Amino acid sequence: MAQAFVRSTLCALALFGFAGAAKAQEVNLYTVREPGLVRPLIEAFTKKTGIKVNTIFMNDGLAERVQAEGARSPADVLMTVDVARLVEIAEKGIAQPIRSETLESAIPAQLRDAEGRWFALSMRARLVYVAKDRVRDEAITYEDLADPKWKGKLCIRSGQHPYNIALISAYIAHHGEAAAETWLRGVKANLARRATGGDREVARDILGNLCEAGVGNSYYVGLMRSGAGGPDQLKWGDAIKVLLPTFKTGGTHVNASGAAIAKNAPNRDNAVKFLEFLVSDEGQKIYTQDNFEYPVKSGAMVNPIIAALGSLQPDTKNLSEIARHRRAASMLVDKVGFDN
Amino acid sequence: MTRMTRGISGFPIVSAIVAVFVAAPVVALLFLAAQGSGDLWPHLVAYVLPQAVMDTAILLVGVGILVIVIGTGAAWLVTAYDFPGRGVLQWALLLPLAMPTYIIAYAYLDLLHPVGPVQTALRAMLGLSSPRDLILPDIRSMGGCILLFGFVLFPYVYFTTRAMFVMQMASLVEVARTLGASRFGLFWHVALPLARPAIAVGASLALMDALNDIGASEFLGVRTMTVSIYSTWVNRSNLPGAAQIALIMLALVISLILIERYARRRQSYAGAAQRSRRLSPEPLHGFKALLAILACALPVVIGFVAPALHLLVEAMQRVQFAGISTSLIAQTINTVTISALATAVALAIGLVLAFTARLLRGRVTQMILRTASLGYAIPGTVLAIGLLGPIALIETFVGDAAHALFGISTGLFMSASGAALIYAYVARFLTISTGNIENGLARLSPSLDHAARTLGASASGVVTRIHLPLISPALLSAAVLIFVDCMKELPATLLLRPLNFETLATHLYGEAARGTYEDGSIAALAIVLFGLLPIILLSRIGQRKVAVEGQNAAESALLPERSR
Repeated sequence: MAQAFVRSTLCALALFGFAGAAKAQEVNLYTVREPGLVRPLIEAFTKKTGIKVNTIFMNDGLAERVQAEGARSPADVLMTVDVARLVEIAEKGIAQPIRSETLESAIPAQLRDAEGRWFALSMRARLVYVAKDRVRDEAITYEDLADPKWKGKLCIRSGQHPYNIALISAYIAHHGEAAAETWLRGVKANLARRATGGDREVARDILGNLCEAGVGNSYYVGLMRSGAGGPDQLKWGDAIKVLLPTFKTGGTHVNASGAAIAKNAPNRDNAVKFLEFLVSDEGQKIYTQDNFEYPVKSGAMVNPIIAALGSLQPDTKNLSEIARHRRAASMLVDKVGFDN
Repeated sequence: MTRMTRGISGFPIVSAIVAVFVAAPVVALLFLAAQGSGDLWPHLVAYVLPQAVMDTAILLVGVGILVIVIGTGAAWLVTAYDFPGRGVLQWALLLPLAMPTYIIAYAYLDLLHPVGPVQTALRAMLGLSSPRDLILPDIRSMGGCILLFGFVLFPYVYFTTRAMFVMQMASLVEVARTLGASRFGLFWHVALPLARPAIAVGASLALMDALNDIGASEFLGVRTMTVSIYSTWVNRSNLPGAAQIALIMLALVISLILIERYARRRQSYAGAAQRSRRLSPEPLHGFKALLAILACALPVVIGFVAPALHLLVEAMQRVQFAGISTSLIAQTINTVTISALATAVALAIGLVLAFTARLLRGRVTQMILRTASLGYAIPGTVLAIGLLGPIALIETFVGDAAHALFGISTGLFMSASGAALIYAYVARFLTISTGNIENGLARLSPSLDHAARTLGASASGVVTRIHLPLISPALLSAAVLIFVDCMKELPATLLLRPLNFETLATHLYGEAARGTYEDGSIAALAIVLFGLLPIILLSRIGQRKVAVEGQNAAESALLPERSR
């Protein structure tokens, strides 16, 4: 075992420390997306190009690590979720601008940085789950969530979770901060339980009769209803009816997963190839079929489970603009005591 | 240099260097914090602190009471009494430590949710059909969180306290009994006060764990100060502000520890310099034995057996249709290797620090020793962020030197080799090592040292031939706790590991973050399994010792004049 460790240490040294000498075909990926989601994409890419993908899955702190590693950082591709984090990576100066015909033609302009420092790769929508057997509503707006008719009936995860912060940011972008505060107080007053858990707990709590409606992301519906999350989650997925809410002044709130190419990427060309693969038909198919996300490339098919939810009309507000309000959104969550 | 310290002249220097390394992440955080946090504090004071301080205080008081009651109670029962199942319970009481807290929180929500097996069965028994008909308290609450932490973290207190009870002078106890004290009186008036340093060490470990936890408490809806560190950093991109909150919490934790130490500054815990014998346990029968079994088994069932069984069932379901991942073996090897290395380093450094403090009593050495507890007192992620800077500095420094001297490039030799991880584990868990060793040493009377020196032993001779053998139980306890903690450590492992380096904990987290934590349950069970091995090993060594000492006790009973 110690031998294996020494060997891997030497390998690691050889790979990164003395990288100048060996130029194997590879690309290094720092990702906050879970290995289970990323692995199919990596395997397909390696199979197609022969380029090996080395990964580290991490959580908060990706940008800080790349910053600390500085000029010697082995990172090529920085992959993350939430547009605010992509914008942050660009603003921290750890990404480099990329010009790629393939990326620019596949990804609509509002889903990438104007300077090419980040690109959205897949989309998800923030939806409303309601109790299938108890709620008659067939349509809902985000504004409605503050309607007292839901008093004691709403479930949602922590207000400080990036998915909710993005939703509240979008609300600010539409209606301004003061209106967002009133709305958030209204939603808080409607909660059936503490704002906690994950999006799937909303469906589980609806099944358990703890609440009637709640907020959750689109792909979780696919994960639950496909059986990918196991037999229990199948039951949770069946207990809910999924509504595609909109803002009164716009469409459904969407967020993106995406990637940037590191400023000091040692394998820049392979990194570009990797991103180009992710927006190819094959890459987008994995995002939509295996991960139940919406594609960024127009024309790519969504998974039938997601398609069955109805046709998505995404909010047309620019994602970078929404991301700018996230600090205000986070402070509002504290101010109204949303998580208390 | 006095005569007492000859032969260990290198120790103070090594200690000082270690202290610099251990304190480095905290210094890095100080630099971060000094960048200023804008309007953070007015916001925190107005909207966050009133709630968060209250929640944090309630959580800590609740968990503190639970871990001390369960931990010392169980430790006393298995030390002072003999009852059926005691041998198994003795080590089984450590099991709750082997699983990450957040996984236990997930498992309990599965078990206790209105659609989970417990409530479903209850409703079936009562003939109710809808969850609406039977509304029970939600585990996602302050009460649920306190219970969960209490039943998962009590082994820290159990472990350190039991080591103390076991090593306590049987003679002292016998004197108390001769004077007519009951077993309970013994516990209350003799054993408990004597074990106070151990309880303090164990409880502070447990409380720091509870305080710095983010996964379980967030999942259960409890907003501690640590949660505010996260939203400040992640949602408001205010890392300096997050560092400020973390440092203030650190200052509070350290002051609490110091206050506790100050309160018992006048007490000495050293035994007489004579052979210590074990307390011979009093056999229990009938109802009393049953009660003792129940009291010791309940924490094991709640803290380990129930969630582990749930995971096992889930894992077996998954294996049937998903198979066992082949990477599990590699992950296990990675985990065990790096944890073992980190444990060895932490123990070696802990020994050096504790001996320096014992042999050179003084303010500076005491301060150096205290720096060891810094790493455990801040949340893991914050510590990891604090380590990024020092690691980069070391890599740059060594890299430049190597380039100038040998013309080679060493690159990111720490983060690419896993050395950064070992650094992080040692910085984080060193306090377990120093705490246990220090307590072990504190029981050895200085007259032992003096006698040995008078008989011509060198300082290093005293250490290797007298101290080390006598504190080996404390050393082993520290080793087990550190090893298990390294195996399940998550935030620093996630952030600081090399490319393609998966451990059991990171794999488990990857699945949990995706909402399929049951898929990772095999990894969770592997953590338990490999955490278990050293525990069982330890208890076997312990039992052999008991057997030997039991024999001694028997002999002394037969030959009273010679042994007394």
